[in-house]
Amino acid sequence: MIEVENLTKQFGSKHAVEDLSFTVRKGEVLGFLGPNGAGKSTTMRMITGFLPPTAGDAKVCGISVVDRPSEAKTKIGYLPESAPLYNDMTVYGFLKFCASIRGLGGSAKKDAVERAIETCFLENVAKQSIDTLSKGYRHRTCLAQALLHDPEVLILDEPTDGLDPNQKHEVRQLIKRLGEKKAILFSTHILEEVDAACTRAVIVDRGRIVADGTPAELIEQSGTGSLTDLFRRVTTRDTEQAA
Amino acid sequence: MSSLTIYKRELSSYFSQPTAYAIIVIFLIGSLGLTFTFGNFMRIGDASLEWSFFFWHPWIYMLLAPAVGMKLWADEQRTGTIELLGTFPVSTWSAILGKFLAAATVWLVALLLTFPIVITVNYLGDPDNGAIIAGYIGSFLVCCTFLAITMLVSACTRDQVVCLIVSVTVCVMMVLCGYDDFKMAVSKSAPSFVSFLVDLIPFVNIANIQTGIDQTAATIVEGVTSIGVWEHFRSLNRGLFRLQDLVWFGSFIVLCLLGTSAILSSKRA
Repeated sequence: MIEVENLTKQFGSKHAVEDLSFTVRKGEVLGFLGPNGAGKSTTMRMITGFLPPTAGDAKVCGISVVDRPSEAKTKIGYLPESAPLYNDMTVYGFLKFCASIRGLGGSAKKDAVERAIETCFLENVAKQSIDTLSKGYRHRTCLAQALLHDPEVLILDEPTDGLDPNQKHEVRQLIKRLGEKKAILFSTHILEEVDAACTRAVIVDRGRIVADGTPAELIEQSGTGSLTDLFRRVTTRDTEQAA
Repeated sequence: MSSLTIYKRELSSYFSQPTAYAIIVIFLIGSLGLTFTFGNFMRIGDASLEWSFFFWHPWIYMLLAPAVGMKLWADEQRTGTIELLGTFPVSTWSAILGKFLAAATVWLVALLLTFPIVITVNYLGDPDNGAIIAGYIGSFLVCCTFLAITMLVSACTRDQVVCLIVSVTVCVMMVLCGYDDFKMAVSKSAPSFVSFLVDLIPFVNIANIQTGIDQTAATIVEGVTSIGVWEHFRSLNRGLFRLQDLVWFGSFIVLCLLGTSAILSSKRA
């Protein structure tokens, strides 16, 4: 469903992402791990068509994001890192706007919005203005936006960031449930999430893949039975990078 | 279709917040107030709106139009919603068009609400209503030009205040450039400016140096005044539909919108 082929992104002389390739199949939840600044968000922005890649291509359901961006974008639901929202709208109004921009209309739109509100537990705040929401609700509103058009591919950039433990648990369960029918790529630097929600994980460091496998395989690779040890061994700390 | 969705969202955002109301009220007070005070509408006793009413519009727009347009892209970039917009299946163009038309609609509403002055002038005298309609069209086009400039500036920055300051400066220049007093000042100082430049270049030995200086000065004056809005606004204001004015306004607006699109896509690369 998601095929990333030799994706490269250069900002000036700095390589943010270097020759990255991986695939995510239907029914798979791929955890995208790596230290801050490893190129996770940049990769996701390229797959969603927000940033044009310097080289390489990403295909979503067989459609190239570079050649046919509008078509590819209809297949993707995307949750950006900071969960940006239009603060002057209500939750319901915002979701309705997103649904119509996705080409839904009439009763299909109404159903989609109501289903997304239900899935993300937003009933209590549906009529509330977005600028009055707490961080957890903001995150879930943005997640609801990504689910509206029932996309085949979900790309979630740190979906559990800034949530309380209960909300984190709910979001992980939701990802797991949605992952049965969709291809999901989500980034995180919370290692327990890999075990809790992923069917496979890759670790990236400075724009390259340094480890790839199922959670069990990765734990085995670590030798000590702890993902944290593996993570610390294969990635560079930013203090080292500077040296 | 997606333009329409974005247009509706932007428009409801203007009217669900105080922005649009504040702008409309200030515009009405400003334009009608100036008509009856400095415009000497009652004292002149002329049944037209050319000098008493429309004359003030560019002066008001140069300050207020950027206030309407400044948030269009700056806010989108500050809050990060541009990332949502960029991953929706919509082209940059339809987003630009939707946003521009929404801002223009706010001004259209403001302009339409000045209708009491039209009723007044028809009640008091026998004006040429065709000229008044042309005046309204001219006024709206000046406003759209300023909005397009603001949009271009707005795409460059995430800071609304910077956007406001820069676009007001550009609009003020455009209003002043075609204004007669300014034109005179430029034509007076241009020859000495050119000869000053000539003096800077050593070893010039041109036979007819004075003619050269005069010609260059005239070109500068012409160049400066041609970016001003007055010439084009005035002819419409007199009820004169000239193709060149419509082309001038149209191409200026399209150029700014194209620039906006170019800036937005280059920012992502």
